[in-house]
Amino acid sequence: MLDTRTPLVEMNDISIAFGGIRAVDRASIDLFPGEVVGLLGHNGAGKSTLIKILSGAYKRDAGSIRINGEDATINNPRDAKAYGIETIYQQLAVADNVDAAANLFLGREITTAIGTLDDAAMESKAREVMGRLNPNFRRFKEPVKALSGGQRQSVAIARAILFNARILIMDEPTAALGPQETAQVGELIKQLKSDGIGIFLISHDIHDVFDLADRVVVMKNGQVVGSARTEDVTKDEVLGMIILGKVPPGATPGPGAQTGLV
Amino acid sequence: MADQHAIPTNIHPSRFAQNPLQRFLMATELDTRLLGMIGALAIIWIGFNIFSGGLFLTPRNLWNLSVQTASVAVMVTGMVLVIVTRNIDLSVGSILGVVGMVMGVMQTDILPSQLGLGLGHPMIWVLSLAAGLVVGVGIGALQGTIIAYLRVPAFIVTLGGYLVWRGAAWWVTMGRTVAPMDPTFQLMGGGPAGSVGSLWSWIVAVIACAAILIGLYWGRRQRRRFNFPLRPIWAEIALAIIGCGLVIGAVLVANAYPWPVRIAARYAEANGIPVPESGLFISHGIAIPVLIALGVGVVMTFIATRTRFGRYVFAMGGNPEAAELAGINTRWVTVKIFMLMGALCAIAAAISSARLNAATNALGTLDELYVIAAAVIGGTSLAGGVGTIAGALLGALVMQSLQSGMVLMGLDSPLQSIVVGAVLVFAVWLDTLYRRNKH
Ligand SMILES: Nc1ncnc2c1ncn2[C@@H]1O[C@H](COP(=O)(O)OP(=O)(O)OP(=O)(O)O)[C@@H](O)[C@H]1O
Ligand SMILES: [Mg+2]
Repeated sequence: MLDTRTPLVEMNDISIAFGGIRAVDRASIDLFPGEVVGLLGHNGAGKSTLIKILSGAYKRDAGSIRINGEDATINNPRDAKAYGIETIYQQLAVADNVDAAANLFLGREITTAIGTLDDAAMESKAREVMGRLNPNFRRFKEPVKALSGGQRQSVAIARAILFNARILIMDEPTAALGPQETAQVGELIKQLKSDGIGIFLISHDIHDVFDLADRVVVMKNGQVVGSARTEDVTKDEVLGMIILGKVPPGATPGPGAQTGLV
Repeated sequence: MADQHAIPTNIHPSRFAQNPLQRFLMATELDTRLLGMIGALAIIWIGFNIFSGGLFLTPRNLWNLSVQTASVAVMVTGMVLVIVTRNIDLSVGSILGVVGMVMGVMQTDILPSQLGLGLGHPMIWVLSLAAGLVVGVGIGALQGTIIAYLRVPAFIVTLGGYLVWRGAAWWVTMGRTVAPMDPTFQLMGGGPAGSVGSLWSWIVAVIACAAILIGLYWGRRQRRRFNFPLRPIWAEIALAIIGCGLVIGAVLVANAYPWPVRIAARYAEANGIPVPESGLFISHGIAIPVLIALGVGVVMTFIATRTRFGRYVFAMGGNPEAAELAGINTRWVTVKIFMLMGALCAIAAAISSARLNAATNALGTLDELYVIAAAVIGGTSLAGGVGTIAGALLGALVMQSLQSGMVLMGLDSPLQSIVVGAVLVFAVWLDTLYRRNKH
């Protein structure tokens, strides 16, 4: 059971409060190379907030982050990217008024020998990546604003996988996708996993993640209820963790576990 | 989706146009909005020409129009970037004022007397301009830092700046007007001497036409390299003809405006040129301030469309949060935008004070409003994320055309204000309609 390798990511005792709301309360979570960890919980449980601390969007009030066993300083999204952390945000966070290629390369543009933007090269690469992800995608010249929700989501996903991420955070990545594209993202996750990339897959819907995840971590009211390897628990047991905070025998309880009910 | 499967990606969409006009527009990929503005400008010009009894479309008036536009045109290129990032700069006119004063004092007092260069020293104009640029960039950096790092809204910071820098302009000389300017510095303001003459105007035209042709060729090569749809050859040729035609037309107009008879006669006498029976015809050619404004336009277009900085400006304008999450240092980009705006104010101050041959307290008064109006008429959206340098330059030309047209027709200045204000609102309303139809 015990994994002796160094975890790719260890977040320990992370807390953050917005005004009076303790959005994340002493949450700990870890991730190993080539592992998919499903982060589950009802709406407002604190999933997005927890991973936004890892991606540099929020600054934590307390707790520590270690990457590859070493203390990491993450104060902004640039720091996180420097550690190879790529994020697909729930609210997508695409720049609406520039095109798909510009979005894919935003902050990491391809430049020519004299330092100017090489738009043709970026568009060409964008066509290649988008072709793999969503072969129906044609609207490369349009600002992203003009795209459908699913197309925008494809752009956000393509951007995250374009730059050799080591740690990938996917916050509800398939919320706007059709069945075909969702299946494609599933395939993509398996492929990235086999490349040794660690993935946090976030959802409030257990069916999205159970088959893809190696492990699930359940959050409730900002706290971690418990974690379990998917092979040790059933979907119904995980559902019990999400809804009631009840930790089944196959799972490890966290600070948020409903102790009276065990 | 189904129809898109049938279209191979490297066929140009103009193949599927329904009528000749649409085909022409699609094939040339001309921006219809920009064309609309050119159309509006043509209507204004022709209208004024009719109502002023043929006084508007004369080489003399058009040449003057170009010189009058230069200062606002320089500043509007920066205002586009400011507005695109959902900021505003109300202080540009006051910055122009204080920088103009600083440059004036530099060239009339500090450099010639206190540093002992002597009046008319050839380095004076460069050093004065450099000092102005330093002051302008410094003011921009200060305002930008307060906006980006202290999070005070740009509207407030630059409203404060509007008052502070206007006051500072007075302070430089305690309200005294500074004149005359250094003779070389004066060339930046235009006039017979501050124009490049017929030969150099043609040289500029040749360079501009060559740049257009090379640009078209290069664009085509890039598309072929990545197997993107190519414009039809006839469209490329049409673009080349239109572009070069405009350049040549402008130079013909500038060259058709002769020096005033007396100045030409004095020049002939001084250089021992025999004056023919019909009088001596010496062309103005393109004015130096106009060349400066065009150069600024080209550089700023390059910055806005071909550099990372420009890309970040537009990405930030569309969605500041997304830009930050993508790893862009949005605060530093904001500071740089305001520094750039300050530098452009300094260039505009040089043009204005050189043209007036004096630096006064009131230099640049109301310019912030003209600059913002020109940017907005030129299609810069106050909602952020949208705007082009070329459009804003056209906007500046539209504003100035309206004004000098009304002066030519002898309209009172209160009436001029009313017309300009009404046109601004009308133009933005038209633009809103256009955008709504497009999406
Ligand atoms: N920027 C913020 N300011 C104030 N409160 C916030 C902010 N972001 C999140 N919260 C609060 O923190 C709590 C956790 O929110 P979070 O977005 O992390 O939930 P979630 O688990 O991702 O939910 P969902 O499944 O709906 O995406 C919520 O109560 C939310 O209202
Ligand atoms: Mg969420």
